[in-house]
Amino acid sequence: MTLHRFANPARFMRLSSALLPWCGAAAAAFIAIGLYLALFVAPPDYQQGEAVRIMYVHVPAAWMASLVYALMALASAVALIWRHPLADIAALSAAPLGAGFTLLCLATGSLWGERMWGTWWVWDARLTSVLVLFFLYLGYLALVNAFDEPGRGARAGAILALVGIVNLPIIKFSVDWWNTLHQPASVFRLGGPTIDASMLWPLLVMALGFTLLFATLLMIRMRTALIEAKIRALMLSEIERHGAAAPRGAVTS
Amino acid sequence: MSDAAARFLAMGGYAAYVWPAYGLTAGVLGGLLWWCLAAYRRSQRRLERLQGTREP
Repeated sequence: MTLHRFANPARFMRLSSALLPWCGAAAAAFIAIGLYLALFVAPPDYQQGEAVRIMYVHVPAAWMASLVYALMALASAVALIWRHPLADIAALSAAPLGAGFTLLCLATGSLWGERMWGTWWVWDARLTSVLVLFFLYLGYLALVNAFDEPGRGARAGAILALVGIVNLPIIKFSVDWWNTLHQPASVFRLGGPTIDASMLWPLLVMALGFTLLFATLLMIRMRTALIEAKIRALMLSEIERHGAAAPRGAVTS
Repeated sequence: MSDAAARFLAMGGYAAYVWPAYGLTAGVLGGLLWWCLAAYRRSQRRLERLQGTREP
């Protein structure tokens, strides 16, 4: 399996070291172009006027919220089944980033909703299922960190992440299954997007920028976790070496 | 301030909703970036101290 090649921590460190600057620069470039398109080029909506510009940050954040969760669940499955050393690290590194995107989605949606629907919040199926997603991220983080032994925490978290994946189709189809306040899909739908190209392009550029930013942050966090693991290993071997060579009491030096 | 700039900032009367949305985006994404980089640099420095070298 080709995945195996990248599951080697040393190889990941080399690969991510080469990719990181490019990925970060591309993220900055796409977000800058996306902001320009969203604020200056995209037309105002015929009903919503300029308020529609909230869409260019709200919708990419919402996509990332679900995408990051799907990745986290996939990494958790890989961790449970094949016990790849990087899979648990990937899932745990992704979780706070996904929580950040979900929080952003909820907050910008709230601002948009207050102006367009006349309410900050409503227990609509889409809004509620995204709030559940936010709590799944927080629950996962709490669970992973609740165990003294990291391995057990990671396993418990992986199982929670996999169970929580049932929420993703609920989020996606909530706007079709229930007659809700939130509008139905206008981009990822059967029969193609109904959103106008002049609004679709800025949206896609921004979404790509958000995705690249996520990839950059994920690599940084995974590298941090691997460095921390190396530090722990070094300190352990240091203690063992000193413990063997020196008399008792000298271990703390 | 020119008329065009004032019109842009007014966002057709929706300034109080559009700009906080973009501000929150900058805050959350910028905050995540800062948080990840700070932890990364901290662990890099710790490893350097432990190894006494510059290569992680």
